Amino acid sequence: MSRVRIDMKAGADLDGFRRALRIFVRDRVAPDDVVFAAEGVQDLFGAPLAGEAPPVVLPRAVTRLIADVVCHRDHERYGLLYRLVWRILKGERGLLEVASDPLVYRLARMQQEVRRDIHHMHGFLRFRRVVTEGGVTEGETESSGIEEKERFVAYFEPVHFTLAAAAPFFAERFANMAWSILTPDGSLHWDGKKLVEGPPARRDPAAAGDGFEEGWRTYYAATFNPARANPKLMAQHMPRRYWADMPEVAAIPELVSFAPVRVREMIAREAAASPKRAPEKALQKMREGRPKSLQDLNALIAASEPLVSGAVPGATRAVLGEGPLDADIVFVGEQPGDQEDRQGRPFVGPAGQLLDRAMAEAGIDRGSVYLTNAVKHFKFEMRGKRRIHQKPTLSEVKHYRWWLMAELEFLSPRLVVTLGGTAALALSGRQVSVTKMRGRQEFPPFAGFLTVHPSYLLRLPDAEAKASAYCAFVDDLRQVREIAGERLKAA
Amino acid sequence: MDEKLATKLGILADAAKYDVSCASSGAPKRKAGKNGLGATAPSGICHAFTPDGRCVSLLKILLTNYCLFDCAYCINRRSSNVPRARFSVEEVVRLTLEFYKRNYIEGLFLSSGIARSPDRTMEEMMRVAKTLRRVHGFRGYIHLKAIPEASPWLIEEAGRYADRLSINLELASGASLKALAPEKNDRTITEAMGQMHERILEARDERRRFSPAGQSTQVIVGADDVKDAAIIRASARLYDDYALKRVYYSAFSPIPEASLLLPAKAPPLRRENRLYQADWLMRFYGFSADEVAESGEDGMLALDVDPKLAWALKHRERFPVDVNRAEREMLLRVPGLGQRAVERILTSRRHQKLRLPDLARLTAGLKRALPFLVTPDHRPVSLIDRLDLRQRLAEPAQQMSLF
Ligand code: SF4
Repeated sequence: MSRVRIDMKAGADLDGFRRALRIFVRDRVAPDDVVFAAEGVQDLFGAPLAGEAPPVVLPRAVTRLIADVVCHRDHERYGLLYRLVWRILKGERGLLEVASDPLVYRLARMQQEVRRDIHHMHGFLRFRRVVTEGGVTEGETESSGIEEKERFVAYFEPVHFTLAAAAPFFAERFANMAWSILTPDGSLHWDGKKLVEGPPARRDPAAAGDGFEEGWRTYYAATFNPARANPKLMAQHMPRRYWADMPEVAAIPELVSFAPVRVREMIAREAAASPKRAPEKALQKMREGRPKSLQDLNALIAASEPLVSGAVPGATRAVLGEGPLDADIVFVGEQPGDQEDRQGRPFVGPAGQLLDRAMAEAGIDRGSVYLTNAVKHFKFEMRGKRRIHQKPTLSEVKHYRWWLMAELEFLSPRLVVTLGGTAALALSGRQVSVTKMRGRQEFPPFAGFLTVHPSYLLRLPDAEAKASAYCAFVDDLRQVREIAGERLKAA
Repeated sequence: MDEKLATKLGILADAAKYDVSCASSGAPKRKAGKNGLGATAPSGICHAFTPDGRCVSLLKILLTNYCLFDCAYCINRRSSNVPRARFSVEEVVRLTLEFYKRNYIEGLFLSSGIARSPDRTMEEMMRVAKTLRRVHGFRGYIHLKAIPEASPWLIEEAGRYADRLSINLELASGASLKALAPEKNDRTITEAMGQMHERILEARDERRRFSPAGQSTQVIVGADDVKDAAIIRASARLYDDYALKRVYYSAFSPIPEASLLLPAKAPPLRRENRLYQADWLMRFYGFSADEVAESGEDGMLALDVDPKLAWALKHRERFPVDVNRAEREMLLRVPGLGQRAVERILTSRRHQKLRLPDLARLTAGLKRALPFLVTPDHRPVSLIDRLDLRQRLAEPAQQMSLF
């Protein structure tokens, strides 16, 4: 068969290769019989091909390899790729897995070189800020996006035809910024919405620096440790071909040549170490950093954001504990509810009112006890216009545990009464069954008592159950009063 | 950039350079939002390399190098006679954004001396991260070096904005810590690590954002006389107990005006290097801490050969290994074969019997692997028993540092 020729566009002509491949496969043209002619190459034998053919089905890894390798600068790339496809279609379906096959090996190396080049562009490209004073920058076609006051422009010389492949990275990262990347093979311009192609460019020797380049050089120089100088390793990672367009490398010669001197100075200065001052001062500062009173702690809690997930609609403010600081008994609830959140005070809603009543019946003066919550913020879900209470998660309870424990330490009560499982969890650090554990408890370092949360009584559906549960609750509170009284006497 | 800010930058970057945990990997993949700036790349990107061969990927600075503490190995310690500076929250934010926009960096690595009080310092660090995220919609990488002495809720809040939080263990033994950093307390440090680990796990369960790239730590090597074996075992424990993402080793550098308690010279960088290799063996090659630790002599890793080769030389009875038949676990133990090479061998050999020329295309370490491998065209019977095998495979004994 006589040879056939296909003309390819300059650069990475993926579309051209796809078209050629389809025609060749349809016509069963052997790899030895094709010529891929780069744009501008004259006088090639063989008749140029025209027309279209149906798509070819290939494993995904192969199409990925093709997309990468077409960016390579080696003019044999199309021919090699076609050889690979030919063999795969001839029955070697798993060819790409045979990394030891010479053709696969060569293409894999080319792919790796292209990928490395893209990676280098991502890392080593440097933008310079250019003020455009409302106008349209040169090289830009119609501007459609953001109102442009500044544009970031970079010049880069890739090894392969990788500009288009590397650009999406910049579009994702600098989406909200106008930028241009200029290369000898072409340029790309981003306006906040889309990428526009432009002509090849040269490095502009007159391009002005950017106010931050000097600062960047300062940073680069400072972050180098002269005691570990190893310029060879540096050059291995950062090939010299990119240096011309990286502002920081201007600092390198001086850094390297002065490194030995700097190290000698460092060692010489060791002898002149100043005497240490007393460490107590630092430790004292640390202690001072902690809240010194319940008031300090509360100020801290009030100023902090809710330690619940930002994704969950959460509280509007912290609801702090309330009551005399020398209270014998501290009641710990779950978390503030709707009313508590609005008024900024604990136990003022329906459950709080029920607690008041039960306390009065049990002979506990509400004014003499301290009331607080395990979780300091209201967690809820909006349902229509209503804010529906949501149970805090295990970890949310644990987040608040430090605050709660610090609070209790300031109060040092004789008895801590946990209302419901969440409060018991906060004090014990574990999941607790209210029915099984109801009654006297130890919550080291505190003596404790576990009973139900008053809101549980409100939720019971029938009146009879409600009444008996309420009696049991009042009984519990009587016990609480007695235990606290005993401990008071014992003390 | 104005001169005052540049001066500060010089001082506070210089002071931060001894912290080596500066990778930007492991963050969840993110793109810039509509009004935001920044993205994260799955494996991080190096934007430059310094003449010490290290990668610059983040703006690595201290918030301040004033410090109340007096840790002997640290250049920022109270008694050190270095110039001091302090950034404001806004300054750090501005520097990060401006550098980021010019594609100099992947994000920010912020550490700090303990100025005024641990809480005040931690709070300001948290505010840097929060301002970047909330006010500027910054979606690049943020790594905060938490202050273990700070209140847990501050660290907690910081974790909501940072990609990674870390706490420096600094010294592998509590005794060294007591001698060299008397104000530091190893319990405070490990407790803070434990809490952080718990938070990370919980957040993952609840699909909440908390230090999604995990936590890491740094151990200084050569400032005390702790042996490699002890360091390796300590690291293995850290990986187990706190699911650390990385343990970084930093060869102690002769820092200006280091304390008289410290050795006057730096340990060879090769030791640091060997520890990293040992670390890799544990994390990716299926070696246990004990196996790695025992590959050396007297609790120190060999300096002339890497720990994998050292292990193989001590276990010659398990070699040579048949490339066409051996299991992955054993192939991974062959010196010279990396993880990638082993995977390639496994897939390639399903299609063909591998011979030496094939292997040469699959790994760059064939020369080192030869004494330990069998292929249809190669059998190293005599080589594996040679007494001088070690010398033949050892790297030339050159010091890699300037000393
Ligand atoms: S506390 Fe940190 S910054 Fe301060 S001296 Fe110790 S190691 Fe250095």
